Amino acid sequence: MRVELSVNGDLYRRESEPDLTLLALLRDVLELTGTKWGCLTGDCGACTVLVDGEPIVSCLQLARQVEGREVTTVEGLAGNGALDSLQAAFVSNGAAQCGFCTPGMIVSAEALLRARPSPSEAEIREALSGNLCRCTGYNKIIDAVLEAAGSRGAAA
Amino acid sequence: MTVTQETNAAEELRVVGKRLPKLDAPQKVTGQTVYAADVHMPGLLYGAILRSPHAHARIRSIDVSAAEQLPGVRAVIHAGNVEQRPYGYGQDNIPLKPDKVRFVGDEVAAVAAIDEETAHRALELIRVDYEVLPAVFDPFESLAQEFPLIHDELPDLIGNVSMRWDFEDGDVDAAAAEAAVVVEGDYSSPQAAPAPIETHAVIASFAPDGHLTVWSPVHMVFMYRKELADCLGLDWRHITVIQPPVGGSFGGKIDIDPHDFITVMLALQARRPVRLVMSREEEFIGTRTRQPIHIRLRTGADAEGNLLFRDADVVSDNGAYNGWGSHAMLVAMNTITSMYRVPNSRIRSSVVYTNKNYGGSVRGFGNPQATFAVEQQMEELADALGIDPMDLRLRNANQSGDVTPQGMEITSCGLSECLRIVREQSGWDERRGKLRERNRGLGAAALIHVGGGARIYGSDGCGAIVKVDDSGQVTLITGASELGQGSETTLAMIVAEEMGVPLDAVHVINSNTDVKPWDVGVHASRTTFVAGNAARMAAAKARDQLLETASELLGAPIDELHVRDGTVEVVGAPERQIDYARLARRRLLREEGSVVMASAFYDPPTQKQVDHRGNISAAYGFGAHVAEVEVDPGTGMVRLLNLWTAHDVGRAINPMSCEGQIEGGAAMGVGLALSEELVIFDGEIVAPNLHDYGMPTTADVPRIVVNLVETIDPLGPFGAKGVGEAGIIPPPAAIANAIADATGIRPRAYPMRPWKVKEWIDTEERSHVIENGSPVDG
Ligand code: FES
Ligand code: FES
Repeated sequence: MRVELSVNGDLYRRESEPDLTLLALLRDVLELTGTKWGCLTGDCGACTVLVDGEPIVSCLQLARQVEGREVTTVEGLAGNGALDSLQAAFVSNGAAQCGFCTPGMIVSAEALLRARPSPSEAEIREALSGNLCRCTGYNKIIDAVLEAAGSRGAAA
Repeated sequence: MTVTQETNAAEELRVVGKRLPKLDAPQKVTGQTVYAADVHMPGLLYGAILRSPHAHARIRSIDVSAAEQLPGVRAVIHAGNVEQRPYGYGQDNIPLKPDKVRFVGDEVAAVAAIDEETAHRALELIRVDYEVLPAVFDPFESLAQEFPLIHDELPDLIGNVSMRWDFEDGDVDAAAAEAAVVVEGDYSSPQAAPAPIETHAVIASFAPDGHLTVWSPVHMVFMYRKELADCLGLDWRHITVIQPPVGGSFGGKIDIDPHDFITVMLALQARRPVRLVMSREEEFIGTRTRQPIHIRLRTGADAEGNLLFRDADVVSDNGAYNGWGSHAMLVAMNTITSMYRVPNSRIRSSVVYTNKNYGGSVRGFGNPQATFAVEQQMEELADALGIDPMDLRLRNANQSGDVTPQGMEITSCGLSECLRIVREQSGWDERRGKLRERNRGLGAAALIHVGGGARIYGSDGCGAIVKVDDSGQVTLITGASELGQGSETTLAMIVAEEMGVPLDAVHVINSNTDVKPWDVGVHASRTTFVAGNAARMAAAKARDQLLETASELLGAPIDELHVRDGTVEVVGAPERQIDYARLARRRLLREEGSVVMASAFYDPPTQKQVDHRGNISAAYGFGAHVAEVEVDPGTGMVRLLNLWTAHDVGRAINPMSCEGQIEGGAAMGVGLALSEELVIFDGEIVAPNLHDYGMPTTADVPRIVVNLVETIDPLGPFGAKGVGEAGIIPPPAAIANAIADATGIRPRAYPMRPWKVKEWIDTEERSHVIENGSPVDG
């Protein structure tokens, strides 16, 4: 079957098996390997992407279910090669160690900041509770999200 | 907070000591980093492994004919059609099992096919005829009886005991007779998993001339290459190991595993590149775990609280094969003899085989397990003596200049300082023992761990090359590996400091065995110390080459030159200056020119222990944690409210990165303490997924307070010591002590999951009722 969807602003049309997941479409067909996976069972959040602005775990979503919708992956956040404020805050706060959870973590945080521009720490913890990180203990990730919220607030 | 015990005013540091972001972070936050599973190449095949469904069985026969005939299958291998030799510590393992499987998950056969689906269909077509054997899962049963014998092929083995390691120093029995108080108890730990978010992935490709290239997220690349060659009968001069960026390891990727060999054998048979990526389930079932260690411990002290002895019987349940995991016992031994000053100590230990997934070298390597016992007994002892546990610890704390019973020479030691800091920050003196009516409690634990290498192999060394090219760019080529822990940035900072250049002038190459100088590999929290010293030495030599040329050109002796931001100036006459790029070109672009390049190999002054004695590390790290918990007596649920930590890091080369190691380590320690466990039933891991495994989330890990104590180690690079493993060590003990403070119940095992804590509370209540003589109602 054929799926048509927009990924990071580009329109793609591809032949796909009916059981192809969105994750496999992104990574294996479109070769957008920025999105990671750590489980394929919905437990780790490493594969999180935005579909029409909503965060979803792409390992549990079929590609055909996002037909005609807008998908944003970590590769779609940085504008013109520059880091977006959330990415910059992850860098400056030491929120990425091995970096494997980072794309999913940043996408989940992006969804949060779009919905709630100045979240409390408790709201950040809640929004990121489906994203596992084995390296950082989360402190620096929460600091990064707080800082990005602050800098976006200041810029607005 | 950073506390520096001594400062050397003459030494002004410009890069070292700054909170600098990791050099590789921008690629990581944009998704550009290419991990092993992201590598694409033409003709790539997909590998998959058939694993034993039985915990112990003889393989009568394997029939792969149907799998071989499936279209799209390019290789099907099993012990009958490959060349392989035993490998591993004690040569007790082999990649594809020829006659016997010893745990659920043991490798039996493998396929390579044009896509994943075909590979898995082919696995289903392989017929294995097993004769199921009785299995043993309990290490004490395995220790006591000789049947069933797990490694009947190893002639020297007695029963299922793979190792017996005993140590004695002083006279424990005499000390016990003198002691005013002796506490005694059994302490156990579960099988746990390192569980990095990136599962294992490996790619193997043979060139037409037979040269093998392997991409694998390992951290001991040179040893890996040798083991590949030895086991598969390959010429190791024709193997290149490339380490792609690693998505976390925590020791899980130290050991070479059967799947590494299997991927190479598949590529050899298929004559095409093969990639094998572990599923999460396989990661739990088929890669290395943290071994359960069971410790019966006695500690005694005199009436003033001076420790007199420790006496331990230890059983380490390392599963079906040794791996390096068998050696976790030795680290546990170091803690039992050397955490605090203990004049007399005795340990009898056995490492036993059981029919379970086997142990590896997971972060902390035996130390969280041992600390759980040792540090609970410090508080039990203090309570029995009526002394504050912090006072007891301070009275017995290790100090600089001590030599421990095992011959560990403690040069720099900030233990007392760490204890004082967490005592004060947690409000220990006012709050410990006084929160029980609110179901809250405080508990502490300290740690000792190697921080200056660890001589396990012949060498404990690491090589480094520093070069400066015609643009003035400095490149460090290091033997060390980056696993996410930040070694790349730390080493670049050391080079930048030594060379007098900004950090962004330094590039790091660290991932290819053809290029990088030899290193033992990442283990034992050794990289900052060992690779850091090597990098610093090479940088100093390269800088001296530039200064020699500068001295000629500027007409000033070397000791009157000064480097700032990559420019050499004459002291007192800064207008007489020349930058590194021009100096490098002046050396290069002339007749009989030369490149600016220097190498160094640093092997720390450490000793391989003989009879468990010897100075195994050139420096030791220390630390102390205080945990505050709230226990719900109705459900047994333990909530960690606060964790205060202080770590003696020697010198924080990059404080942000030290904090990251400590916070991440402590979070893993919290997981060990409260939730993480591979629950095994009849030899099978019950729910091999991240959710049931119990990895902590943002909801479980509170804000962790980190204090860095700088003791400026005499041998560390700029005084630094290792800190990679330290954070994970105290939490299980500190949290157990906090639960004891909150409830009066002494936890004897972790993870302290709600149902278990509830059971302890109920048992305790029942015993009170019986003691008080009143009948139980209903
Ligand atoms: S890979 Fe999708 S949630 Fe883990
Ligand atoms: S940075 Fe490694 S898993 Fe989060």
